[in-house]
Amino acid sequence: MKRIKEKIIHGLFFFNGVLVVMVLLGIFALLIFTAIPAFKEIRLSEFIFSSNWNPTSYVKSSYGIGAMLVSTFMVTLGSLLIAIPLGIGTAAYLSDVASPKVREIAKPVVEILAGIPSVVIGFLGIVLVGPLIAKIFHIPNGLNAVNGSILLAIMALPTIVSMSEDALNSVPKSYIEASLALGASHWQTIVKVKIPAALSGIIAACMLGMGRAIGETMTVLMATGCAPAMPEGFFSAVRTMTSTIAIELGEVPYYTTHYYALFGVGLVLFIITFLVNMTSDIILHKHQRLSR
Amino acid sequence: MKKYFILFMAIFSLSLTANSVFAQNMLQIKGSDTLINLVQKLAEEYMEKNPGKYIAVTGGGSGTGIAALTNKKCDIANASRLMKSKEIDMANQRGVNPKRVVIAMDGLSVIVNGRNSVDKLSMDQIGKIFRGEITNWQDVGGKNSPITLYGRQSNSGTFVFFRDAVVKADYSAKMNRMNGNAQIVEGVRSDSSGIGYVGVGYVKEARGITVLKVARSAKGDYASPLNADDVKSGEYPIARPLNQYIDGSTKGAIEDFIAFELSQEGQRIVEQEGFFPIPVDYEDFNEKSVGL
Amino acid sequence: MRIKRFQEKLGFLFLSFCMVVILLILITIFYDIISKGSSKISWEFLAASPSNGMTEGGIFPAIVGTFLVTLITAALAIPLGMGCAIYLNEYAKDSKITRLIRMSIRNLSGVPSIVYGLFGVVLFVQLMRLDTSILSAGLTLGLMTLPWTITASEEALKNVPNSYRQGALALGATKWQSIKTNVLPYAVPGMLTGTILGLSRAAGETAPILFTGAAFFLPFIPKSLFSQFMALPYHLYIMATQHHAIEKVRPIAYGTALVLVVLIFLMNLSAIIIRYNLRKVKKG
Repeated sequence: MKRIKEKIIHGLFFFNGVLVVMVLLGIFALLIFTAIPAFKEIRLSEFIFSSNWNPTSYVKSSYGIGAMLVSTFMVTLGSLLIAIPLGIGTAAYLSDVASPKVREIAKPVVEILAGIPSVVIGFLGIVLVGPLIAKIFHIPNGLNAVNGSILLAIMALPTIVSMSEDALNSVPKSYIEASLALGASHWQTIVKVKIPAALSGIIAACMLGMGRAIGETMTVLMATGCAPAMPEGFFSAVRTMTSTIAIELGEVPYYTTHYYALFGVGLVLFIITFLVNMTSDIILHKHQRLSR
Repeated sequence: MKKYFILFMAIFSLSLTANSVFAQNMLQIKGSDTLINLVQKLAEEYMEKNPGKYIAVTGGGSGTGIAALTNKKCDIANASRLMKSKEIDMANQRGVNPKRVVIAMDGLSVIVNGRNSVDKLSMDQIGKIFRGEITNWQDVGGKNSPITLYGRQSNSGTFVFFRDAVVKADYSAKMNRMNGNAQIVEGVRSDSSGIGYVGVGYVKEARGITVLKVARSAKGDYASPLNADDVKSGEYPIARPLNQYIDGSTKGAIEDFIAFELSQEGQRIVEQEGFFPIPVDYEDFNEKSVGL
Repeated sequence: MRIKRFQEKLGFLFLSFCMVVILLILITIFYDIISKGSSKISWEFLAASPSNGMTEGGIFPAIVGTFLVTLITAALAIPLGMGCAIYLNEYAKDSKITRLIRMSIRNLSGVPSIVYGLFGVVLFVQLMRLDTSILSAGLTLGLMTLPWTITASEEALKNVPNSYRQGALALGATKWQSIKTNVLPYAVPGMLTGTILGLSRAAGETAPILFTGAAFFLPFIPKSLFSQFMALPYHLYIMATQHHAIEKVRPIAYGTALVLVVLIFLMNLSAIIIRYNLRKVKKG
């Protein structure tokens, strides 16, 4: 009797575990099933490469996500340019420069930053960062890709910092001691031994940060100006894939080509973030295996 | 574990007992951002006068409201434009019979920065500006400076109405797409080369902007949306009715609220919020449409 | 040699500079929100509904809405999260399925919040006919929080020494009994901490609730879980972008931001306190 009960309990927990896989597959399946009808009307090549997204056009509906892809890419690149050096530097500071007391304060600081909701960051983009950008660069308003990059950098930083710090801390002590024994200075050890040894972990951290930036919605929705045209530079207003879905999903009548096309955008988003996360995963595992 | 089970059962039973009795009593209004503040104020007054009646107002744009009505997800759809025949067909297909009520008049205002010397334009000029054919203020009598366009997102009825009535083509791809009327006002106020279009309710007390006088043709008379008579008589060329759509068979609660909106009390609130009360011919229209 | 020393000093300075920048960012954020938002905070602000075209009054319905939605999120994420963690740590053997599960968890945590919103609209709002409601929004957020609760619970379970498990088994307990009596009680503080942190994230999310239930103006406490609701993050969004008198209501927006941030901070604090207290009790 006990045996059967145990088996049932084991089964329930197993089902619980498998549920997670089902959710991931479910999201993927749902996106595909809801997006496919769109491609009866839209050519795939036009969808991906055309930069003209105008489903409610006066003339002819068009569904090209090219401009959105470029916009997403731009703000992500911009945010990484800021967040990667800053993040790795902070991680190195935490792992190698900060005294234990300082670390006790500094680590929570990074965690608190991670906890600030995206809508609050977006809000500050409108009321604080935007006007600042406008003032500094003498442009009419600061709702553009620069603003988006700064805000996304703030959102990606905590991820990059914590994971890089973990990677740096897991460099085997033997490496560090060997380096110091050979006469290298502390700095040389950090730059020439620690960071290279932790490189795969750091790269994984940056990729995860990139995934966060790509998938962020509210921040870019509020602070980047949302112009659907192909951006001309970082001071143009941009509209990312996430913003487009957030703006248009409420408007669209269910089960129209426009509706399906939005799910197509969601699918592209899902695939991109999935690939980025998988890559990060693979790199991280290579790193973990190597440091053992 | 026990704690969670109890918590779960509590929530579950709460959800069962509450059921949809309350949900049925709540009037669900969705749609236009131009209308949302007006309708929200009307709802507030109505609920104060009728305790026990509940109204929920959500935005998202005229397109959102119409989509919701079509999908039977709301009782009243706020729309700052008319339903397109495609939308009416789709509603009929879903078993919804849309009936229109006009609750206010709007003089859609074209605004420029307060420091701009230009204070009047013809419809043709405005159309060319928003199509992107005129790109510098000096081409319309202002100083030498490139024009920045501020408009709404495509889910906005204001977007669609302005496009169909003035631009008569797709908007310039460079137009900044703001999330609401208020953001357009903000944008134009802080941008000396900006131009935008907003519902008149948003400009009556606004500072730092100039409301353009508009003429139907270059040789005609210029009229301002701030002049109630011009709007009512049609002298101001960009006047439009603000509408609500309901499903054909008006139920008691919906009917009662709409009657309040059309009453003297309701129309007083319309004026307070900066719009214009319904002219006589729309009063007749309302009677024919929904009998109120 | 001196150049090298100088370079190294510069290097360390850069690292400290990075830390300082992050500190400055955090301080700026909090300074701005607190200085411009605290003037709005009053009992009326917290306990009253929005009035006069939402230019006056308070944000009480939004606070209640956020609270209710988070409750539903917890109802989904806690049992399913703990269950999955228990499976992974206690029962699962290293097999293809186990690796698949772990990979799924990591990928789920990277799915954009708006995609969860899309999923929620189709699954909960449409297919399950829950309509736009607290339930739909809460369940969507629950799915989003799952990876978080699973990871946190697993960490907590890992920290329980194996000897505890083996001790129970040696005394003749079944696997489940040993987990129930010798593992869970010691893992619960850690599980709770991680879970509350995950819930605090969910409370601040906007994208998943945009289309699954958040309402612009619903100035009373939702009477049922099937009703729409106001929520703090959505309220901040509309106060900042959709309201007709954005300048006028800017202080309300700041106040909302402050309340939201304080709420999240309090949740984080309570998580840490719970962990500290329960650890003390167990030790005693």
